[in-house]
Amino acid sequence: MQRFINDPDLVVEDTVKGFVKAHSDIVRLAENPRVVVAKDAPFAGKVGVVTGGGSGHEPAFIGYTGKNMLDAVAVGELFSSPTAKSFHDAIREANGGKGVVVLYGNYAGDNMNVKMAAKLAAKDGIEIATVVANDDVCSAPPEEREKRRGVAGEIFMWKMGGAKAATGASLEEVRATAQKAIDNCRSIGVGLGPCTLPAVGHPNFQIEPGTMEVGIGHHGEPGVRVEKLKTAEEVARDMVKIVLDDHNLPEGTEVAVLVSGLGATPLNELYILNDTIESEISARGLKIVKTWIGNYFTSLEMVGATLTVMALDDELKTLLEVETRCTMAL
Amino acid sequence: MSETAARALAQMFERMSGVIETEKDHLSELDGAIGDGDHGITMSIGFKAVTAALAALDLDSASPSDVMSTAAGGFLDAVGASTGPLYATGFRRAAQALAGRGHLDLAACRDMLAAMSEGIRDRGKAQRGDKTMLDVWMPAAEAAATAVANGRSKPEFWKAVEIAAENGAAATATMVATKGRAARLRERSLGHTDPGAASAAMLIKAMAAML
Repeated sequence: MQRFINDPDLVVEDTVKGFVKAHSDIVRLAENPRVVVAKDAPFAGKVGVVTGGGSGHEPAFIGYTGKNMLDAVAVGELFSSPTAKSFHDAIREANGGKGVVVLYGNYAGDNMNVKMAAKLAAKDGIEIATVVANDDVCSAPPEEREKRRGVAGEIFMWKMGGAKAATGASLEEVRATAQKAIDNCRSIGVGLGPCTLPAVGHPNFQIEPGTMEVGIGHHGEPGVRVEKLKTAEEVARDMVKIVLDDHNLPEGTEVAVLVSGLGATPLNELYILNDTIESEISARGLKIVKTWIGNYFTSLEMVGATLTVMALDDELKTLLEVETRCTMAL
Repeated sequence: MSETAARALAQMFERMSGVIETEKDHLSELDGAIGDGDHGITMSIGFKAVTAALAALDLDSASPSDVMSTAAGGFLDAVGASTGPLYATGFRRAAQALAGRGHLDLAACRDMLAAMSEGIRDRGKAQRGDKTMLDVWMPAAEAAATAVANGRSKPEFWKAVEIAAENGAAATATMVATKGRAARLRERSLGHTDPGAASAAMLIKAMAAML
């Protein structure tokens, strides 16, 4: 595949530099060049909201930095957790004196680095709370939900955590709301084509032409089944079924829907999927309050899509309306 | 004497960095089979950072413990992923085990290996048989303890440690991953050597050559 890069080892650095140049009205770079901060953060008297993760998922994670969303984001190598130092620096940048909540995805590296960073931050006298996203249905059975990976549901978790923090809520209140948001999320990914880390030069997993991988993870983690490529309608129906069978929502529940491309799937195909997704969700008696469609959480140039459904209650529905100012409108 | 011991450790890290650099692509290939193919790159970044941090250390006045804690700091600040916290914790524990010791006699080397192994285990919460670097560090540390208990010579000690490490790495090919990214492959991880175990065996080989 042909790429716009300079040096495979500088992909992350160059990405962040270009990002900050484009969006200097919204973000700034911290002294640590692997930490992106909302322009005017920290905000005194507001709980700081932080995340971090591997690069290659743009616009996640940096694209969600901004007012009423994330105050600071730690940036890792491609598909690789940020360092404990970067998480620690992000926490410090976000600290407005009311504590900092770290909202991140359930991956071995992120778990360890956040833990070490939280310890360092506690030594600085910063109160820390954490929420770990585990919305990816196919990554572990329901009875082992704590083992599930975090995927696009993280965006809803950040949105809700950020909006709650903007109301002046306490650290514990922000944590509880972000936890509720991710508990209310279920996601599934379907992969049609693999992706390649530029420095590695070849895909580290294969999806044979004519097949698709149902339940694929954000780094190509294998899904629950490989099967023959079906029509968009059939794929969308399967996605909704997997997500909602796990969710088990009572009829009449209001939901927010996020359909994200994985990088190389054109937007029109996401709309084709959504045509069926919308009908299927509605047919189950659920009420879609809002739908987002786009490349919200990608995996380099992977071909495929994810579906995330978040159940709403009154609080989450209200917070959904809080205006955010980040590069990705949400 | 502590001057010599500190220098020996610093040279050991240089050797480790050199080996990782040589084997970088091989490690990434192993990782490509069951992970995301960046283990060689990650280790290379980490050990380059360690040697850079040690270059700034005054080895004439530094203790062996200082060398290990400097290595820990350098590694942690440079490497994320799981590898960063795991090795940083291992080196930090090794620094604690070497505190107040000026000589790298076999008892000190045994304690250092035990501390590394325990640090990695405590941080990653893995068990033996989980198909991780721990399947190399734990048997290596045990071989070291046995060798000292049996009054083995220095060459015998390191030979035993090296063999235990190599066997440990090879054995990971027969294991199903239950930790880290490879865990998501479950049975599909069978037949592949764990990249973290492979690099651990390389590091131990470098230790054996330099200490």
